[in-house]
Amino acid sequence: MKKSVLLGALTVAGLAAGAAAAGTLDDVKARGKLNCGVTTGLVGFAAPDANGEWKGFDVAVCRAVAAAVLNDPTAVEFVPTTGKTRFTALASGEIDMLARNTTWTFSRDVDLKFTFVGVNYYDGQGFMVPKALGVTSAKELDGATVCIQTGTTTELNLADFFRANNISYEPVPIETNAEGQQQYLAGACDTYTTDASGLAATRATFENPGDHVLLPEIISKEPLGPLVRHGDDEWGDVVRWTLNALITAEELGVTSTNINEMAANTTNPEVARLLGTEGTLGEMLGLDAEWSKRAIAAEGNYGEVFAKNIGEETPIGLARGLNAQWTNGGLIYSPPFR
Amino acid sequence: MPMSDTHAHSVAFVRTEEVPTAPPPSNAAGPAKWVKDNLFATPLNGLLTLVALYFIYAILSSALPWIMGGIWQAPSLAACREILDGASAACFAVLSERWNQLLFGFQYPDDQYWRPGLAFILLFVAAAPVLFFDLPRKLLAFTAIYPFIAYYLLWGGTVFVPILAFVGIVGGFLVYQRLVAGSFAAGFFGGIIAAFVIWTIGGWLIPDNASANAALPAVPSRYMGGFMLNMMLGVTCVSLSVPIGIALALGRQSSMPLIKWICVVFIEFIRGVPLITLLFVANVMLAYFFPPGSGVDLFLRVVIMITMFSAAYIAEVIRGGLAALPKGQYEAADSLGLDYPQAMRLIILPQALKISIPGIVNVAVGLFKDTTLVSVISMFDMVGMIRGPILASTEWNGVYWELFGFAALLFFIVCYGISQYSQWLERRLATDHR
Amino acid sequence: MTTLTDPPQGSFHLSMLINDTRYRSMTFQVIAFILLSLSVGYLYSNLAANLQAQGLRIDFSFLGAPAGYDINQRLIEYTSQSTNARAAIVGILNTLLVAFLACLMATVFGVFAGVLRLSNNWLVSKIMAFYVEIFRNIPVLIWILIIYGIMTVSMPGARPYLGENPEREMLFGMFAFTNRGVYSPAPIWGEGSMVVVAVFILSIIGTIGYRRYATNLLYKTGQLLPMGWPSLVILFVPTIAIFLLMGQPIGLDLPDPLANRFNLRGGIQIGAPLIAIWFALSIYTGAFIAENVRAGIQAVSRGQTEAASALGLRSGRVMSLVVLPQALRVIIPPLISQYLNITKNSSLAILVGYADVTATLGGITLNQTGRAIECVVLMMLFYLTISLLISAVMNVYNNSVKLKER
Repeated sequence: MKKSVLLGALTVAGLAAGAAAAGTLDDVKARGKLNCGVTTGLVGFAAPDANGEWKGFDVAVCRAVAAAVLNDPTAVEFVPTTGKTRFTALASGEIDMLARNTTWTFSRDVDLKFTFVGVNYYDGQGFMVPKALGVTSAKELDGATVCIQTGTTTELNLADFFRANNISYEPVPIETNAEGQQQYLAGACDTYTTDASGLAATRATFENPGDHVLLPEIISKEPLGPLVRHGDDEWGDVVRWTLNALITAEELGVTSTNINEMAANTTNPEVARLLGTEGTLGEMLGLDAEWSKRAIAAEGNYGEVFAKNIGEETPIGLARGLNAQWTNGGLIYSPPFR
Repeated sequence: MPMSDTHAHSVAFVRTEEVPTAPPPSNAAGPAKWVKDNLFATPLNGLLTLVALYFIYAILSSALPWIMGGIWQAPSLAACREILDGASAACFAVLSERWNQLLFGFQYPDDQYWRPGLAFILLFVAAAPVLFFDLPRKLLAFTAIYPFIAYYLLWGGTVFVPILAFVGIVGGFLVYQRLVAGSFAAGFFGGIIAAFVIWTIGGWLIPDNASANAALPAVPSRYMGGFMLNMMLGVTCVSLSVPIGIALALGRQSSMPLIKWICVVFIEFIRGVPLITLLFVANVMLAYFFPPGSGVDLFLRVVIMITMFSAAYIAEVIRGGLAALPKGQYEAADSLGLDYPQAMRLIILPQALKISIPGIVNVAVGLFKDTTLVSVISMFDMVGMIRGPILASTEWNGVYWELFGFAALLFFIVCYGISQYSQWLERRLATDHR
Repeated sequence: MTTLTDPPQGSFHLSMLINDTRYRSMTFQVIAFILLSLSVGYLYSNLAANLQAQGLRIDFSFLGAPAGYDINQRLIEYTSQSTNARAAIVGILNTLLVAFLACLMATVFGVFAGVLRLSNNWLVSKIMAFYVEIFRNIPVLIWILIIYGIMTVSMPGARPYLGENPEREMLFGMFAFTNRGVYSPAPIWGEGSMVVVAVFILSIIGTIGYRRYATNLLYKTGQLLPMGWPSLVILFVPTIAIFLLMGQPIGLDLPDPLANRFNLRGGIQIGAPLIAIWFALSIYTGAFIAENVRAGIQAVSRGQTEAASALGLRSGRVMSLVVLPQALRVIIPPLISQYLNITKNSSLAILVGYADVTATLGGITLNQTGRAIECVVLMMLFYLTISLLISAVMNVYNNSVKLKER
């Protein structure tokens, strides 16, 4: 089937339905490539650069998983998905995992039969308004025209927020972030709402970022995380613990630069277990002992990935905030490696 | 004598030399007359002209400085704005920076751009004998092998796949020729079975890692993008849908109720829904109809749906062609003792297709334009590249007119070219009938 | 291929199924039926297997659940607590609305451009040719994006119209044109307004009756009654009189610049997405209709025009009595299929955020519920119904204008 499109077309009619029996982990290993669903383009989280190379915060998770499973962080096939197509792509097996700023909700978990393996970014829906408007709180937005990016939970949150506060608004649904920005800057809407991280990323690209403010209200909880299909727990474990390895690595001070040194002469038993110099955690996952070492080395630990793609040094300039380690008062917390 | 006298007296003046021809009055010839006749024939007409002139002036006076003052070299929109320094002009720099992404998508390996380029040039060679009847018929041989060459160039990988596909078709054709003397149906189905047998056996013979060290590195179809993707979808789907369309049109005219019923339902269903819903089907539904785990890729699913779409429209065009043939042609074929397949192949279809060609070309142009719809289902064709990666990038967020203008220009060139060809063909075919 | 010498009865060979014309068509149909059932069964079993593997099933109960999102342009009452089914109906009505409006306007553009393209004025006919070519040869998707972009960028926001001393004055104090939409006054139906409306409807009937009478008189006696001004008088005078007599029962609800700090309130608001998709579809399809109109007019042979002139008809009457009725026979069938195209192309409204059925049922509802198969199937059924209805209308028309050959 991999051989070619043409042969695929020719043999599709006579294809036997036997391939699905194996688990996703074996499939990925056999294929030598990880199919990872990402967004069609959101700067900082997942977007192709001028050379067509995918870069971003979500992309780093895919690369870490590929490094852990396939020993090659570049062995990833990035499949761009829209809000509409992402769940079908995952459900139908077109992709092995979805790392596309997707909010973990009850119905997605239970009704749509997906397993969220963790949270890699705690987000919330915010509002951006022009400073000249003189609005200081989202509750003053009665009667405003609101641009929303469709295909996410934002529409529902927005309806709930305005309903709860008994104020009215005019929604203007937008397909892509770029078009939302065009509408907002031209004054076709008074405020633009999406995840606060996305707003910061968008504002960073404005000609005059200083003319726009983010309102203090965060109207929803948006825990964004990678997800896999229900029912394949081995594969879910691999993705879950790869993410946890990145988080634990930051907590323990293991970075992509000092990882070899740490692995060689650590005295901390937890570091040793994490990096596979002690214990058999890798084997339990169906991988080798060095899986987490490769995952961390691929793009760095959680903190490095954050700083490199969306941190305060980047044009997007997000503070760690809720996404700081629990030791620093944030919510990023990994179960122990033992 | 008296006669001449009378003459001399009655005529006061006799001109002996010819009058030199005078130029016509200045308002009855030359540009002035043309202007008067064509622009200011009546007061109302004159008013229309003035309005039209003002309209042209209004458009040009704002568009021309914007285009002429365009910046072609800048790394980002911010830099471009800096160079412009407040002036209003285009930032064509986005085109010079990202032309490769607009044409080939962002994932096609950039050292391999010559491959789609070459396939594009060869397309003209392959299409020429189909489009221009005067060219030597032997060129059709190249047209026949072009799909395999193009496939190999675009996707690369092992050369065995296109060769195997070609061998399968040749094998099928040989079997068909051998059996067709007995019965068309036997030849037709025999040919198809033979081709499948060859493909299946060949599929086992090709080693699994044949693509690993191929001369042309394999490029997965997910990497296809930009204008190349529009061209690929357009050309593939139109050429695939012509035979299917012929079959559907014949089926719709068939006297067998079941066959007719299937074709009518198919055609009316496809023509009754917008292409975008069919693309949604390709994107979110079709995967459920394949065997679990088969993972047919999106490009192929989209090709299937667009081919079905255009086949239904082409079937209607061909049905028109079939209906336009005088009944005498059918009766003549019958009276010669030809059976149905022979009558169709030798008498009816050649004429009906000839009448239908302009209509088919129209469908092709429409379809080519409609390939831009794939941008809605997260494929990165030309419009998808603009709306997705380019406008989402930090460098070029905010450049609209330059990009959409470029896309519009490319489509205009291609579609206008094809429609001019279609008109030329119509004129030519019209004279043939006299 | 009816054979004169029938094969002897009773000796049935298997090969006769293919070679004997009596059985062949049956054979083929049986084969086709088996193939059809097999492929349908194959696809269905795949679907069932896939759904079962993922623990999903086809279930339409989501239609009864609250939709949870708001829709900006709606013809019927709808809140975020309404059901998904109601959201779908809002979308369906919006699709029909934009399709209807675009059909009207595209016809106007098309007839205008088609007639002007045949104009004697060189410049005008060239401009119209340019219009037709440029819109026919560029994808409608690009046109929609460009037109929406132009509207967004070139029109002012709502803010300049707001406040005590607005930067911009509303046109006649009634109309505001912004990139959020066009605001116009809405009628307020006061007491007795129904009488005015009734009188107006009666006036329309009266006008038609007068014109009928005048035509009949012309055909019977040759006496020519004036048509233009009496029609206008019958149409407007009674209505205006009754309107004033009843004490102006119909008022105007003007857009109010002071009621809200973000938007004009009151009146009728036609949203920018609706205008954009409406205009884009009209101007795009207008180019195709222009070609149909031109072809229709050119299809009427010159002899008809000359014959009509020879009878002493004036050029306006030549057009209205001789050329147009014949041209319409050629124009209308392709015109209706253009209407069909508009309806189908209106599904591109999602590009500009107009809440048509593709955007509600096939868009937000699909995204939020994840019920892809159900939503897409319902959506296709809707479009199919509309298309079949329009085709049925077209067939009725075609039969009614078919040349009666004797």
